[in-house]
Amino acid sequence: MPMRELSIAAFAVVALASATSAQAQSPYGIGRSATPAEIAGWNIDVDRYGNNLPPGSGSVSHGHEVFDQQCAACHGAKGEGGVGDRLVGGQGTLATPKPVRTVGSYWPYAPTLFDYIRRAMPQNAPQSLSDDDVYAVSAYILNLNGLLPADATLDAKTLSAIKMPNRNMFVSDPRPDVKNPACMMGC
Amino acid sequence: MTDSADIDENTAATSRRRFLCKSGALVGGAVIAGGLAGSEALGASESADNLPPNVPEWMKTPGDPMGSQPYGTPSPFEKGVIKNIPKNLSQYLSASGRTPLQDLDGIITPSGLFYERHHAGVPTIDPAQHRLMLHGLVDKSLIFTMDDIRRFPSESRIHFLECSGNPSYKKPYGKTASDLVGLLSCAEWTGVSLKLVLQEAGLQAGAKWVVAEGADAAGLTRSIPIEKCLDDAMLVYSQNGERLRPQQGYPLRLLLPGFEGNMNVKWLRRLRVAAEPTYSREETSKYTDLMPDGSARDFTFYMEAKSIITRPSGGQRLSTPGFHEISGIAWSGHGKIRGVDVSVDDGKSWQEAQLQEPVLTRALTRFRLPWHWDGQPAVIQSRATDETGYVQPTLAELLAVRGENYYYHNNAIWPWRIAAGGEVTNANA
Ligand code: HEC
Repeated sequence: MPMRELSIAAFAVVALASATSAQAQSPYGIGRSATPAEIAGWNIDVDRYGNNLPPGSGSVSHGHEVFDQQCAACHGAKGEGGVGDRLVGGQGTLATPKPVRTVGSYWPYAPTLFDYIRRAMPQNAPQSLSDDDVYAVSAYILNLNGLLPADATLDAKTLSAIKMPNRNMFVSDPRPDVKNPACMMGC
Repeated sequence: MTDSADIDENTAATSRRRFLCKSGALVGGAVIAGGLAGSEALGASESADNLPPNVPEWMKTPGDPMGSQPYGTPSPFEKGVIKNIPKNLSQYLSASGRTPLQDLDGIITPSGLFYERHHAGVPTIDPAQHRLMLHGLVDKSLIFTMDDIRRFPSESRIHFLECSGNPSYKKPYGKTASDLVGLLSCAEWTGVSLKLVLQEAGLQAGAKWVVAEGADAAGLTRSIPIEKCLDDAMLVYSQNGERLRPQQGYPLRLLLPGFEGNMNVKWLRRLRVAAEPTYSREETSKYTDLMPDGSARDFTFYMEAKSIITRPSGGQRLSTPGFHEISGIAWSGHGKIRGVDVSVDDGKSWQEAQLQEPVLTRALTRFRLPWHWDGQPAVIQSRATDETGYVQPTLAELLAVRGENYYYHNNAIWPWRIAAGGEVTNANA
C-alpha cells in the first residue's frame, strides 16, 4: 500500500530529525509559529463547560430587543420558527411520534448556544453581534424556554451554570445495532 | 438542431421527455438514451439521414475548432444529467444537492456532479489569503499557508463521502436512486496525511480530540477522535486531479474516510487539539439520532454498509423483455465490500453479484448481475456485506430497532418495483 510506505517514510524522517537535532517535533520544518494574538482572534469555540467564553454580559430584556431586530424575521416573533429553526418549546415531545427538537427541549449544554449564535447567527450577518449582544440574545432564548427568569443577566459564569433539561439523555453509539440474517433461499 | 440531427439521441431525448412527464422525475437520464428505453423509441418517427447506409452529417463538415472549450463540458445531449436540487427550497443557504446516481457509471463521481451540503452557502476563498491554524494541546502552535500544506509529502486515495441523512426514515420516500441516496459521491482525493501535520506541531499528553472548524459563514465545527486523525484522515486540496471545487471546500478540506459527511469539514481554517469534544451545535442539536424512548445517540461517526441498484432504478423504464444488466453501487465506512447479493423475486431468493475490480477500502464498489427479464412484474433489490461481516439491513429491520424519529444513518436495502410495462418505481413508496 502506498499509504503505508508513506507513513514508514514519515517515521524515518521523524527518527532522523530526533537523532540529529533537538527539534524533534517538527520533522519537516513547514509552517510558522502562531502568535497568541492570532490564536485569540480565531479560537472561538466554546466547550460544554463554558471554557473559552469571553468577558461580557447581557440581560434578557436587551436580548428581547436584539431578537426582535435581528432574529425574529427568520425564527418567528416568539422563536416559533420560520425560515430558521424553531427555538422554543417541545419539552416532553421527544419520545412521541412528533418530536420537537429545540434549544429548550433538546440541547444538552447552554454554552453551545453562545458558541453557535456568535459564529453562525444571524445567518445573513454572522460574527456581527457584540459578545454582550450574544449573551443577551442567548439569555432571551433561554427565558422563552422557561430556563431563565425575565430579570436575569447572563455572563460566562451564569451561562455555564445552567443545567439544560435534556442533558442526561445522550448515549454513545452502540452500532452495529441491527442484524440482517442474510437469507439466500426460501426467504 | 435541424431535422437531420442525430436520430438515436433525438428520439431518445423525446422518449425521455415523454417518460419524465409521466413520472415527474427531477433528473433526466442518459441511461435511458443508452438503451433502457432505446430500442422501442427507435421505431418511431425520425428521419434516417444519418443512419446507414447514409453518411452522417457530422462526417461531412469539420467539428468545433481547438480552443472552443478551454474547460471541457459534457455533450449537449447530456444536459439533463445535472445535480438533483430540490425545487422551492425555503432555505437555499443551508441545503443540499444530490448526485444523479442513476445516470452515472463506474465508481468516480465527476466533480461537477458531486453532492453538496452546506450550512451557510459556498464561500469564495482566495487561497493566498487562506490559513490553517493548528493549536491547543500541541508543543508548537502553527500557521500554514496553502503553499506550506502542499510542501508536505502528498498522497492520493479514492474514497466515498456520504451525508448522514441519506435518506430519512419517514415517508414520503423518493422516486429515483438520486432522491433516495444521492447525498453520496466518490472521488480520488489528494492531500497530506493529517498525522504528518499533527506531528509537525507535536501532540501533547492528553490529546484525545481534534476540533475542526470551517471558514464558511457557518463556521461549521466538529470534533474528531484522535485515533481517526492519526489513522487515515487527510487534509485534502485536490479532487479528481484538479483543485477542490468551491462546493467541496476549496482550498482545503478535511477528509475522514467512512465518517458521516458533515464531519469532513470544508474550507478548513482551524484545528484545535483538545482533551474533549467541543460539543458544537452540529454534534448536539443537529447530527444526533433520536431513539423511540427519547434518548439520543451522539458521535455516530461511521456510515454502515449500504448498496443500491442504479440501473434499472426508479424513474427508468425497461423497453423490452429480454437481457438487462442489473448494476449498482455498494460501500461501507468500515472498509471493503466483501460481497453484494441481488434478488429479482421480491426477496425470496438471492444470488451473488459480480464485483468490479478494484474493490477499495471506503470507496464505492460497482456490482453487476446479468438478468433476463421475462416481462412480468418484478421486485429487484441489492444487499451489501462488508469486510467485517456486517450485512445491510432492510428498512423494517432498521425501524424495529431505531423507530421513525431516528433521522440519520439510514442504510436500508432499497427495492425497485418493475411493472409489466417496464416502468421502475420505488417499491417502498
Ligand atoms: C436569515 C435568516 C436567519 C436569521 C436572521 C437568523 N437565523 Fe438563526 N437560523 C437560521 C437557519 C436557516 C438556521 C438553521 C441553519 C442550519 O441548520 O444550518 C438557524 C439556526 C439557528 C439556531 C440553531 C437551532 C437549533 O436548534 O439547532 C439558533 C440557536 C439560532 N439560529 C439563533 C439565531 C439568533 C439568536 C438570531 C439573531 C441574532 C438568528 N438565529 C437569526 C436562519 C436565521
